[in-house]
Amino acid sequence: MTERIEKQRKPKREAPLIMRQGEIMPWLFILPALIIIIIYIAYPTIYTAFLSLRNADSSAWATAACREGQACWGIFENYRYAITSDTMLRAFRNNILWLVVMVPGVTIGGLLLAVLVDRVKYESVAKALIFMPMAISFVGAAIIWGFVYDYPINPDNPNAPIIGLHNAIIVNFGGRPIPWLSSAPWINNFALIFVGIWINTGFSMTILSAAVKGVPKELLEASRIDGASEWHVFWKILIPMILPTITVVLTTLTIFTLKMFDVIYVMTGGNFETNVIANRMYQEMYVNFEAGRAAAIAIVLLILIIPVLFYNIRSFRQQEAIR
Amino acid sequence: MAELILKNLCKAFGDLSVVNDISLELTGGELMVLLGPSGCGKTTLLRLIAGLEATDSGEIFIAGRRVDQLRPKDRNIAMVFQNYSLYPHMTVEKNLAFPLKIASVGKEERQQRVEAVAEMLSLSEKLKARPAQLSGGQRQRVALGRAIIRQPDLFLLDEPLSNLDADLRTRMRHEIVALQKKLGITTVHVTHDQAEALTMADRIAVINNGRIEQVGTPETLYKNPANLFVAQFIGQPKINLIDARIERHLLIPFGLSMLNLNIDRDKSRLLAGLRPEAITICSDGEFVADVVGNEYFGSEHVVTLDFQGATIVASGASKQYAIGQSINFSIDSGALLFFDPENGRRLDKS
Repeated sequence: MTERIEKQRKPKREAPLIMRQGEIMPWLFILPALIIIIIYIAYPTIYTAFLSLRNADSSAWATAACREGQACWGIFENYRYAITSDTMLRAFRNNILWLVVMVPGVTIGGLLLAVLVDRVKYESVAKALIFMPMAISFVGAAIIWGFVYDYPINPDNPNAPIIGLHNAIIVNFGGRPIPWLSSAPWINNFALIFVGIWINTGFSMTILSAAVKGVPKELLEASRIDGASEWHVFWKILIPMILPTITVVLTTLTIFTLKMFDVIYVMTGGNFETNVIANRMYQEMYVNFEAGRAAAIAIVLLILIIPVLFYNIRSFRQQEAIR
Repeated sequence: MAELILKNLCKAFGDLSVVNDISLELTGGELMVLLGPSGCGKTTLLRLIAGLEATDSGEIFIAGRRVDQLRPKDRNIAMVFQNYSLYPHMTVEKNLAFPLKIASVGKEERQQRVEAVAEMLSLSEKLKARPAQLSGGQRQRVALGRAIIRQPDLFLLDEPLSNLDADLRTRMRHEIVALQKKLGITTVHVTHDQAEALTMADRIAVINNGRIEQVGTPETLYKNPANLFVAQFIGQPKINLIDARIERHLLIPFGLSMLNLNIDRDKSRLLAGLRPEAITICSDGEFVADVVGNEYFGSEHVVTLDFQGATIVASGASKQYAIGQSINFSIDSGALLFFDPENGRRLDKS
């Protein structure tokens, strides 16, 4: 009797090998990735969050920066600056302007080009040309556009050579040169945003072009036979079919735009009211040596990007599921 | 009921001539099957009629109206594609209503017609489903429904049954024919499946290398093919072809007197065609052959024979014969068809 009980118990004491593997093995497999993520992503993020609560040189809590008789958010003092100061509010305004103009501009431009290049014979050449700005570094592109927007040092001297392409055209037609990069806040911000559109349209065109090609030709033919005009085919068939891809492009561009830095840094250095969040972060860190404020801005930027990131991953998965 | 007239249609892709001077007339309400091997140009011909390809030359008339310069949307036709081409982002209901919505049909009428078509095709339960949630047969029905809902002049079917399993395919053949007869819509149906063509068609146009080989009723094509290609393409098992010659008014190797046979000119060498069912294995048959193969089809045995070096197939045998066995058979000499071995033309056609 006792013998039988022991036999029954035996497997309980020593779980089968495969079950023990289930507890440890998965962790072993993801361990290398986990270590890398902890060292290079998790730790810096948490440390940045910590720094955002400290003062300029991280020697004390941010409360130390408070002045008598002025508003103070305690250890969140850096956040008071990051969210409520005039400089930062202007950066937020500019970032919103970038979002509102560049993201739809790039998406619509890319979509238009994707649909149009699909119908020409020299498609690969056209696509390569439009994609080219993506291959140039942002700094290189910004320098190129710096020349396009160049404003003569002495605009009233008729003999001074005009380097800027746009102003050369305007002057040729008898107009006066426009200070593209120093007319705050509308002309210069739009001039900068246009550079962003120029750079990124190739990206959205490439992705949307792949999606357009993924729509079965027969579906478009079927709709044409069903009586649809090209306008209907575009809006009722093509757009709904590539909507998941459009969403991914929109969200990816939103993240690009929130992080936008290079073009502004090179072309205006953030002067003339062109600063955006990322530039402000850089200036606090390396110009003003305010590590706490820079960290607080970084955290604000992170908080703004996270929801978009989640949405992006979700729609990317949905898109994969449809395939 | 609209008639369809094709006049001297031509279409080439680069140097490759795909549709070569095709003329064809369909009477109102007729179901015409375009039958041919893959790559013969039958689908291109259908796409020319639909307006999905532009003609190089020739004219197309639908209901007396010349349409070959019109865009597909202006031709008042409907088409069912091989893979159904349902709009995956719309429900069945929206798929069916799409042609009406495009044509700005009012919401109430749209609703009524969708319901009527869904009822006719037993899709009423599935109106809220998406195409991905339907079975192959149901998708096929939705595609048909979307085609008929607009009450077009012409119905174009591009191998609509080829993605279905055998059982469903047979059923859908009947359903399509019944529907077509009920609605009386002139229909062009493209297929490479001769069984489909024979069972569904009012008339069949056999197409090869971009040309029409023969147009006729299924029975005409089977019993009285215009040439070797049609004779070989239609019929399962295939027609037997035997190298024959005429010597002193006798047809060798059968030894039949040519006086009884309807050949209008002298030809020393010819191809004799004989349908498998015109060969009967019987003990008192006048010809002798060796059995080389056997296939069992349930209702009949199909026996492959070696007759003086020629391989011939006899269908309708009632039992299995051992391989190597010597048997006697007779032929229905009235069913013999004669072809010119050089150009495949019928020699005995009246």
